Amino acid sequence: MNAHETGEHCKAVFAALSEYLDLELSPASCAELEIHLKGCPPCIEFVESLRKSIDFCRGYSPGELPKALSAEARHELQEAYKKMLEAREDQ
Amino acid sequence: MDRQLEVELARRLLAGEAQAFDRFVEHFRAKIFHYSWLMCGQREDAEEVAQETLLKTFESFHQLKQPERVRPWVFRIAKNVCLTKRRRSIFAPSPAQELSLDALMPSKDHHNGGTKIEIADWSHLPEDLVLKTEMKNELQAAIRALPEIYRSVILLRDMEQLSTTETAQILDVAEDVVKTRLHRARLAVRKQLDGRLRDAVKVVAI
Repeated sequence: MNAHETGEHCKAVFAALSEYLDLELSPASCAELEIHLKGCPPCIEFVESLRKSIDFCRGYSPGELPKALSAEARHELQEAYKKMLEAREDQ
Repeated sequence: MDRQLEVELARRLLAGEAQAFDRFVEHFRAKIFHYSWLMCGQREDAEEVAQETLLKTFESFHQLKQPERVRPWVFRIAKNVCLTKRRRSIFAPSPAQELSLDALMPSKDHHNGGTKIEIADWSHLPEDLVLKTEMKNELQAAIRALPEIYRSVILLRDMEQLSTTETAQILDVAEDVVKTRLHRARLAVRKQLDGRLRDAVKVVAI
């Protein structure tokens, strides 16, 4: 039984997929991984699902926003900003 | 808003241009709120974290020597505020819990001399808007379900699109740790979404 059948290669590929998708693998490791992918349809399918899941995360925009900023909270922030500017000028 | 615009707003604020203030506050308040809501679990806590983070940001804004680094700089403050808040709350951080790679691998089927993995059909994910809304809730749930050492990494790396180096600096861990955690977090999220997609496919099939 070869390594592919026992899933050893699949496991090694599995461990390196984020680095592969983030283009952070070394050229040699990348080439090795792609050779495996060419002969392993289940791994290709898995890579595609992971790629889509990551894209989904990256494209996610939260539906919920915080409540509108109260005048009091805005004032507190503005005071902190002004104080910081004044302290910097005094230095 | 892309990072270039954030940097521009930070530069203008540092130069004393108060007109940039409201845009900066509105933009980062929403971002920090979202991060801390997924980290803390409570809407009220997330609003307080956002306010406290912005307050600390303005108090120490003169220490921001490189405006290009404004996003990681604000998030480092947010992470610390969030942590302090959670230590005091019933949602106190739990002991670090590890995700194992083996548990995140898809299950395999060996028959007829070939190997098959059990996986949902992901091809319709981007097109189906109804499914996408449901999946958005599922994504939030998947992220909330992650142990927090993984949750913070996926939020910063994939959602806030900070670099590995920036994320490592924010979380005070080595870059390799960020990479390992990110990979496991992504696999765990993929696994949960995969299960949800399979349910959806089953519903369609009936």
